Parts: sequence; C-alpha cells; structure tokens
Amino acid sequence: MPDIHSRRPSPEEVRSRTREILAAHAHLEGPLLPILHAMQESFGFVPQDCVQPIAEGLNIGRAEVHGVITFYHDFREAPAGRHVVKICRAEACQAQGGNALADDTLARLGLEWHGTTANGAVTIEPVYCLGLCACGPAAMVDGKVMGRVDAARMDAILAEAGA
Amino acid sequence: MKVWLPRDAAARALGADDVAGTLLTQARARGIDLTLIRNGSRGMIWLEPLLEIETPEGRIGFGPVTPADVAAILDTPEAHPKALGLVEALPWMARQTRLTFARCGVIDPLSLADYEAHGGLSGLRRALEMDAAGIVAEVTESGLRGRGGAGFPTGIKWDTVRKAQADRKYIVCNADEGDSGTFADRMIMEGDPFTLIEGMIIAGLGVGATKGFVYLRSEYPDAIEVMNAAVTIARDAGLLGASVLGTGPAFDMEIRVGAGAYVCGEETSLLNSLEGKRGVVRAKPPLPALQGFMGQPTVVNNVISLATVPVIFEKGAGFYRDFGLGRSRGTIPLQIAGNVQKGGLFETAFGLTLGEIVDDIAGGTRTGRPVKAVQVGGPLGAYFPRSKLDTPFGYEEFDGQGGLIGHAGVVVFDESADMLGMARFAFEFCAVESCGKCTPCRIGAVRGVETVDRIARGDADAIPLLTDLCETMKDGSLCALGGFTPYPVMSALTHFPDDFATTRKAAE
Repeated sequence: MPDIHSRRPSPEEVRSRTREILAAHAHLEGPLLPILHAMQESFGFVPQDCVQPIAEGLNIGRAEVHGVITFYHDFREAPAGRHVVKICRAEACQAQGGNALADDTLARLGLEWHGTTANGAVTIEPVYCLGLCACGPAAMVDGKVMGRVDAARMDAILAEAGA
Repeated sequence: MKVWLPRDAAARALGADDVAGTLLTQARARGIDLTLIRNGSRGMIWLEPLLEIETPEGRIGFGPVTPADVAAILDTPEAHPKALGLVEALPWMARQTRLTFARCGVIDPLSLADYEAHGGLSGLRRALEMDAAGIVAEVTESGLRGRGGAGFPTGIKWDTVRKAQADRKYIVCNADEGDSGTFADRMIMEGDPFTLIEGMIIAGLGVGATKGFVYLRSEYPDAIEVMNAAVTIARDAGLLGASVLGTGPAFDMEIRVGAGAYVCGEETSLLNSLEGKRGVVRAKPPLPALQGFMGQPTVVNNVISLATVPVIFEKGAGFYRDFGLGRSRGTIPLQIAGNVQKGGLFETAFGLTLGEIVDDIAGGTRTGRPVKAVQVGGPLGAYFPRSKLDTPFGYEEFDGQGGLIGHAGVVVFDESADMLGMARFAFEFCAVESCGKCTPCRIGAVRGVETVDRIARGDADAIPLLTDLCETMKDGSLCALGGFTPYPVMSALTHFPDDFATTRKAAE
C-alpha cells in the first residue's frame, strides 16, 4: 500500500487535494459521494480537514457533509490497518459456516469487528453480502474477493497480511 | 485455440485469475496460439472456474479447474477427469429458459461486436422505430414486473414518467443488490453489461429521459470495473451520447458507486444517496416517478428489470409474456445459494415449486444433511420449512404463504441452523442498517435483539412481546427494511417453534 496510508496527512496536504478533487467533480449532478470516495482513495480515510472546503465548494453546511460521511459504512474517519479483511456475515454465508469463520478469526486476533491488530497490519470488518452466495463463506481482502474461505485459507490470508 | 474462462467475481474468488495465468504460460510453452476470452459466468458456481474450449461440435467445459489441471487439459482434453462435455448440453443449462441471461457466459462481455452478433441492439433498433407510447405499451404488454422485489408492473411505472411534464427526466438503475443470496445483478453486469445499457437507453426513449445512472454497490468492485468500461465503449461507439446510434435522441449515463449502506437499495433512499445526501428514506408520495432524482420524474428500476427489456423488444412482448404463471409473466433468474450441492444462477419461467428448486435443481444440501429452512428473497424474506416447499415460485403464490420472492435469492440451510439465532440476526442486521428516519425500525430493531435474547434465556413472556413488536414494525415502518424484518423473525418463530422452546427448556 502507498506510504500515504500509513501516516496522517498535513492539513495543507488535505486542503490542496480537496481542491483538486472538487474541481474534478464539479460537473457532476449530486457530486458528494464521488468526492468522498475520491478523498478516501487518496488518503485511506476521509480526513476531518476536508469537511470545511467541501462544504464551501458545494455550498452546503459542514453538518451536512459530516452527516453524509458518518451515515455510510464505507467512509472511515481514521486510517485502517495496512490490510483490510472483510468477512461476510450475511445469511447465505452463515448457511455455509460463515459464523464459525468470523468468530474464529476475531478470537484468534483478539479483536472485535472493526478492530485493528496491534501492529497495524490488519483491520477486520463485517460486510453484508459480496454476491458470492453460492461459494461462501466469502471474504474480501484489500478489495479482492475470495470464496469458500475455510480456517486454513484465512490463516494463510492473515499470515500474508502480517497479522 | 479459443478458450473462455470467466472474469466473473465468483470465478475469480475461486481462483480463475491463477488459472488464466497458467493457461497463458502453458500454452506458450507448447507453442499453442491461444485466444483467451474472459467471459461472464454461466452460473454453475460449483463448477467455477469453468474453462471452455472451442471445438467443431461446440464449446466443451472443464471444471472446477485449478492451475494444476491446465497442462493435462491442454495436452489431452477429452481424457481429462474434469471434462464435462458440451456446456450447453449439461442438464443445468439445458433445463433453463435463458432470456435475460442468454448471452451471459457466452460472449466477451466487453465486445460490442460479440454482443451484436448474439442479438444485442436489435431490440433497441426496433424501439428506435417506435414512438414513446408504443415503447411503453410494449413493456406493459410483456407483463414485466419489477425484479428488485416489489414486483410493481414496469410498464405502469414507465407510463407515469412518460406522461409527467418536465424539462429533465432520469433513468436510475438500482444496482444496490444487497440482499444475501442474490447475485443476478452482479452476474449480468459482469457478464453482459451492454444488455443493461441497452435496456436503460430503451427506457430513456420510452419516457423521454436523456440521462441515466447506475447506482452500483461498492461491494462489487468487478462489476464497477466492467460497467465503467462498457459505458466508455458504448459512448465511443455512438450508442450513448448526443444521438443514440446516430438517429435517436440523446442519452448518456454514469456509473455511481454506493458506500456500503443496505438501505440504499430502497428507491427513495437510493435517490437521496445519488443526490449526495444521507441515504434516508423519503416518505411516499410523491412517487419517484413524478419527483425522483433532483425532484424530476425518474424511472427507478432494478438491474434485471432493465436488462430484460432488450429481449422483450428483440422477441416481442407476446413471446416474453407467454412464459410464466398467473400474474408472474416471463422468466425469473433464480439465485440458488447457501448450503447446496449445486449453487448458482438458474433462469426459468415462473412456476417451479420451491421443493423442485432445492431438491432437484440444487441437489439438496452440500453437507448432505436434511434441509431445515429455505429463506427466499434476501434478509427480509421469510424462512420456509420443509412443509411449505410445495409453494410455486410466483409473486402472489409466495405472498399467499406469508413470504416474498424479492430478488429471487434462495438460501438453503441444513438442520444445523439455529432459527432463533437467525431471527436475532434479522433484527441485528436491521439495527445496523436502519437509516434512522422512522421509529419502529430504528428502535424496534434494537428492542428486537433484546427480546430474542430474553427468549433465549428462557423467558416465555417475551414471545408475545416479540409478536407485538413485529406487528408494530410491519405496520408502522416507512420502508421495507423495518416493515419486512418481521418476515424472517415471525416465520422462524412460527415454523420452528422448537428452536425457541428448546432453548427455554435448556435454561429452566
């Protein structure tokens, strides 16, 4: 992962990137979600320092921007671990042993959902359906989908991620 | 040598990319001139990655293929233990009526030429010769109903938008396929994206809209990639832009990515999200057909509804309507998932019984243990016990049994399923995903988890309370999230009382 994900950007860095992102999305109807996705793509999270310039750029209140950021599960207000492992909790995966996989993984790492390992290597998150319902339990590691994930496969994933 | 290996997310999740890499190196080592097409999935997920090789007789399949199988398949294909014979002749394929998914898994998803060679764009060309009223009438005539779950007649929705007076109108495709057990939207977007684009253009012609959006969930990175690429290709080819195919009016579209909120699959919440707001539900009326995106008349249709439009125009409304059962016309892409031998996508006319789907087509459970419950229609769908598996697959038929077909996901559970746990999960999910606008859903979901926990601790008094809470949520919620969470909960309680009673006895 790029270096930018492992440290907090300076307020000036955030402001200048926000200006670029606002300009790139100015022509869209309803641009706020694409803008926030672009912010998160740049920094690995949506930094607090972008709220004011986005609000000004779109002529809406800061509270509205904050409200949108906090409504959606995808947007982080702080950086995640270097790798993000999402485990599907939905019914179809539960029917294929998803609960045991999730419980074992969390217990092994000593984490709750959304927790990050002490070394900052892995964040574990729940996801509700990846559309891999006929080959569960499913997981997503840094945006890459995986099916029929058993304990051995999860061990390999975590080892590779340095958890 | 021409071969196909899916780029579908399920195939990739099962190792298709590694197989593709090995194919290329092994072919090079053997001096084989290999043309590898990354197609969509045929829908036989238990056979993924499914490799297909062109022969004079047709495409022969191999699956599930691992990188270790590749060398032997290239050397002596017919003798390989994973050889399946002609793919189209496999029982799973031969038994289907593939209309919406006719091209999925067959063509190169991003080749417009391949798309046209397999019937693509002929529906649009026919629509371009019709007037708006005629286009809408054709859809009404086909009997197509919303495949997202609500089952509202698509033609009536389009007609409302067509008749609305406004400077701007929009086509919004709901690709926020968040229901567990469903993946038809994902498969068609990854396997045949132009059919969705064509359907949206026809919708635009029918109602007088010039702009379309696909609201696509962020959990589907592969579908996002394919749809974006397809839109660019369509624009370069003049299919989208200032004049559709050089003769029609303007129509262009954008792919918008969701941000992990299940409730945004509800149309008004989706519209708010598309506008850049919190995805809270809007009260209806006004209907989105009259005041939708940016307050303008908007068609909001599910992916499968829109992707079915081209075949209706290609073959005619009557052809489509002649399939089906009662008021459920045409075909439905069943998504068979959970604990099954053979899971995947099976498109068929309405009318099969749930038992035929589970026992016959899916071959029962993968674990080999008896089927205990089948949840149809996603996390807000009812759990059906064995005794109700004779229910025929149709909107009214399921409604009559206290269930819903939703987006036609069928999730099978074996006898190890704990139905009290599943009821608790339904509330937990509702609590996590509630938009917070209406009280029955926001508070009810949390109280529901607590009430199920009381039952689990052996408190029998909590059972009538749970029933009462479900009534309140059902009648008082603004949208289906709070309003339908009682379906899985009450069906679990009603059909599997032992799971609620056993825990009580154990606690006593």
